[in-house]
Amino acid sequence: MADSTAHVSRSRDLDKLLLRPGHLVGPTFEPGPELRDDLRKFATVLVVGAGGLGCELLKDLALSGFKNLEVIDMDRIEVSNLNRQFLFRLQDVGKPKAEVAAKRVMERVSGVNIVPHFCRIEDKDIEFYNHFNIIALGLDSIEARSYINAVACSFLEYDSDDKPLEETIKPMVDGGTEGFKGHARVIIPGVTPCFECTIWLFPPQVKFPLCTLAETPRTAAHCIEYAHLIKWDEVHSGKAFDPDDPEHMKWVYSEAVKRAELFGIPGVTYSLTQGVVKNIIPAIASTNAIISAACALETLKIVSGCSKTLSNYLTYNGAEGLHTKVTEFVKDMDCLICGPGVLIELDTSVTLQKFMDQLQEHPKLLLSKASVKYREKNLYIQAPPVLEELTRSNLNLPLFDLMGKIRKDIVHVTGTTTNNDKKTSCLRKLRVVFKGIDGATDMDTAGGA
Amino acid sequence: MIKLFKVKERQREIAESANGRATVKKQTAGELRLHKDISELNLPKSCSILFPNGKDDLMNFEVAIRPDEGYYLGGTFNFSFQVNSIYPHEAPKVKCKTKVYHPNIDLEGNVCLNILREDWKPVLNINTIIYGLYHLFTQPNHEDPLNHEAAAVLRDNPKLFESNVRRAMAGGYVGQTSFPRCL
Repeated sequence: MADSTAHVSRSRDLDKLLLRPGHLVGPTFEPGPELRDDLRKFATVLVVGAGGLGCELLKDLALSGFKNLEVIDMDRIEVSNLNRQFLFRLQDVGKPKAEVAAKRVMERVSGVNIVPHFCRIEDKDIEFYNHFNIIALGLDSIEARSYINAVACSFLEYDSDDKPLEETIKPMVDGGTEGFKGHARVIIPGVTPCFECTIWLFPPQVKFPLCTLAETPRTAAHCIEYAHLIKWDEVHSGKAFDPDDPEHMKWVYSEAVKRAELFGIPGVTYSLTQGVVKNIIPAIASTNAIISAACALETLKIVSGCSKTLSNYLTYNGAEGLHTKVTEFVKDMDCLICGPGVLIELDTSVTLQKFMDQLQEHPKLLLSKASVKYREKNLYIQAPPVLEELTRSNLNLPLFDLMGKIRKDIVHVTGTTTNNDKKTSCLRKLRVVFKGIDGATDMDTAGGA
Repeated sequence: MIKLFKVKERQREIAESANGRATVKKQTAGELRLHKDISELNLPKSCSILFPNGKDDLMNFEVAIRPDEGYYLGGTFNFSFQVNSIYPHEAPKVKCKTKVYHPNIDLEGNVCLNILREDWKPVLNINTIIYGLYHLFTQPNHEDPLNHEAAAVLRDNPKLFESNVRRAMAGGYVGQTSFPRCL
């Protein structure tokens, strides 16, 4: 039939990966046209961000045979995006990135369907993220990555042997770029380290002492930060500084120029002002293309098993020549976000006080002076006195009730434990499961609530 | 992996109803670490803490410091703390809410304390910040000034500095600036 012939010739390169066996394939790889068709029909990928990385990712994934894509981005198109976010044109400035990106790729790649979401990632219900087989990240901040990582890892469940349940694993492919440098990493919750396991990799942010800014500036950045952090409040006390408001940014720039003249410091320009205030490093199209290509390839590999996946962190540096390196980081077993935590089985009648007493006896915990947190509620806090008084009344209530009568969920506890005769403080994740609650009962409760 | 797609749909429906997981708000690692720091707070008598948004919002709180020695004896100084979701990777934002005549605190409430900015490390915590703020009042120093005049007076004429501080705390004028009473 004409349609399938068109597909066969278009997927000629993809066929080389999906239709033939090989020596470097993944453990569950089954080559054949069914694999290629399943990829088209069933695989759904979410691209987070429709900027430098997002545009490239959407193009790469659409051309790699993925037909069901969704993209989420809260920003609108700006002129400075146009040097690399190639799906956008001058007449698109001001429109939502996600919507324009989706439209452009659908125009050029027939058969692909992309659903745009013009909103913040926090605005979506957590279940929204559970519909996807893989989440590809093209983000630009630690906060956003931390959030998505926490959401994806929240779907992860472990069995009683502390092994991750395969059907609850939500893989992520995370890319990031900064000038000539970039990284691409594969996060398989429960298997590879998650984003929080390796957050210590980030160097601390550069922060100038306030007194240097106030008394002894030496660089253009000092002058800019003086205007941004100190002078702004002096003149506009109460009004919050908005880095996306060009009037605010121009005001900071003109004040920075005045200060630089006062101290004889060269180098204050409008673009440096934007860079320092918003923490931006100029972006380069080729870095974004390289990193997105790596991410799209990993996405294809994870979904199809056509090759061994990146294990698990690739760094790229194109500042002088071209250098890539892959490092295999190890999962933190005690990670609060992706770790199994300690399994605790309880009767529904157990009070919060009794639960805390049990933690003291539990061989894996030996935790005394516990404070307990369940989701956004602080069930009991040891200190300071004002919080202890407010939460004391929970001690006599059944933990089952305090947790909203749910069969099982994650609880976090902090307290003191003894390790080799030394008392240390610790923060632990617990998997609490209530005995005697079966699935049928819960479905009624969930439906009723 | 592909075979799991069809199996996943069925399993997800079962899992959803078993867990009743419908909450929108997601917990952050920052909130968990903050919960630990707060539950281990060991404040001196001169410092007190309050949570204006109740016991479930630990990310925004206020600390009142009443120095029991030094130039600022008898005054009460309020600080606001704002902790964000990537704590402790980033230090909390701390501002002084009480207008004070102090070499290291400006009239807008910005505080020059090294551990709040260039010397912040994730191993530090809320306790260390509060102690740091307390020491600003028992040991003000003229070497890291945000308030140049106050710093100069402290350096050149400590007796005048002492009386300026007392006058400001009582609700008077120092130079052209008036201060609210905080005794």
